[in-house]
Amino acid sequence: MQTTTARPPASQPLAHGMRPIHPLWLRITHWLNALAALVMMFSGWRIYDASPVFPRIVIPTSITLGGWLGGALQWHFAAMWLLALNGLVYLALNLASGRLVAKLLPLSPRAVFADLRAALAGRLSHADLRHYNAVQKLAYLCAIADLIALVLSGLAIWKSVQFPLLRELMGGYDNARVVHFCAMSLLAAFVCVHVSMVALVPRSLLTMLRGH
Amino acid sequence: MNIHDRKIVTLDRAAVLADARRETAQLDMPSRRLFGKRLLTLGGLSMLTGCSLTDDASVNTFLTAVSRLNDRVQGWLFDPHRLAPTYTEAQITRPFPFNAFYSVDEAPVVDGDSYRLKLSGLVTGQRAWTLPELYALPHAEQITRHICVEGWSAIGRWGGTPFAGFLRRVGADTTAKYVGFRCADDYYESIDMATALHPQTLLAFDYDGERLPAKYGYPMKLRMPTKLGYKNPKHIVEIFVTNTYPGGYWVDQGYNWFGGA
Repeated sequence: MQTTTARPPASQPLAHGMRPIHPLWLRITHWLNALAALVMMFSGWRIYDASPVFPRIVIPTSITLGGWLGGALQWHFAAMWLLALNGLVYLALNLASGRLVAKLLPLSPRAVFADLRAALAGRLSHADLRHYNAVQKLAYLCAIADLIALVLSGLAIWKSVQFPLLRELMGGYDNARVVHFCAMSLLAAFVCVHVSMVALVPRSLLTMLRGH
Repeated sequence: MNIHDRKIVTLDRAAVLADARRETAQLDMPSRRLFGKRLLTLGGLSMLTGCSLTDDASVNTFLTAVSRLNDRVQGWLFDPHRLAPTYTEAQITRPFPFNAFYSVDEAPVVDGDSYRLKLSGLVTGQRAWTLPELYALPHAEQITRHICVEGWSAIGRWGGTPFAGFLRRVGADTTAKYVGFRCADDYYESIDMATALHPQTLLAFDYDGERLPAKYGYPMKLRMPTKLGYKNPKHIVEIFVTNTYPGGYWVDQGYNWFGGA
């Protein structure tokens, strides 16, 4: 009598026909976005330093990218293509697949407060990475909206004459720089919290790399 | 006889191989060490400055190629009829900031009486222009925002003659690609023909109702509210029309050539 040989446990979820927690397109767009956003941020800091919007806030040049203003601008205006095109692919696939609605919605303030309280008390479970808690949903939705705000305010700064509607929406050229800086600060805060959470739940890093 | 011969060959082959191995091992060691050393230096540099990526030739080539792609995209985005916003007298930034690659007291002193504007390249009327002749040309005023590549902006008032009309008057080939400028302060710059013909592009002789002072580019600057500050040359002494890419003072150091707003 022939008996089937045991398969290694790692391949089991896929062998049983289960879909990965993060599909491949999501993992690729996530890491490309991480790369593009970091290059944009580090080069953007150098550009900011050339003429700080808030004179008291100056970013140490040692943590910036580009070496000088011209170099930083080259990095910024190269990485913008990756950020914008990858972002469009991400949004299109996320909406078309229904993943955005399924994973990040619905979201109520009550649920956010309840989960935030649970998180601060250390009672929030991260056992099932397939399911996002309300605070996580809010954070991811904010990050998506913030990146859109960054791209739009960036376009208003870059092409203030060619995109008059965008310029006026941002409150004029000078104010578009303030919006761009504030949106960058929010993204920097998100990155800090996001990376801290990954450090607390290292399994989530593996999931984003392997899919399961 | 035959067997003996083969033995010699085999022995020889073994000896040659052993020699070769010894030689390559000796060769290999220093180069390997050198490679390790270079790797360490590269890593050390990137940790110290955080910008060694920018010193890499292939990275620079790539970034320059993207910058030229961005030139084409901006040329395509540029609407020749779209006007930059204009402002009121009360919104003018006072004092209007001085900005150049030298300090304000180093601004060139140009003698207006002996000054002649030279025209060259694809221009039929290649005669030199005196200042009074230029001042007699049709006049236009604008209060627009000057946007610096550094990010700051300032609103100023410029007066002069519309550049499109001037180019047509001197018989410039307006189907050519570029208009280039040489300046009394050794600055040089070039722009696309579409921007040269834009209705708000002004060959400016005045600032805020007065003759352009030395610090703002006497005797004339090209004022373009559709381009960043460094694209607006001051102290112009020669204008030329060409199909050969002329570059620019900052552009040749890495600033984007189109530099449009």
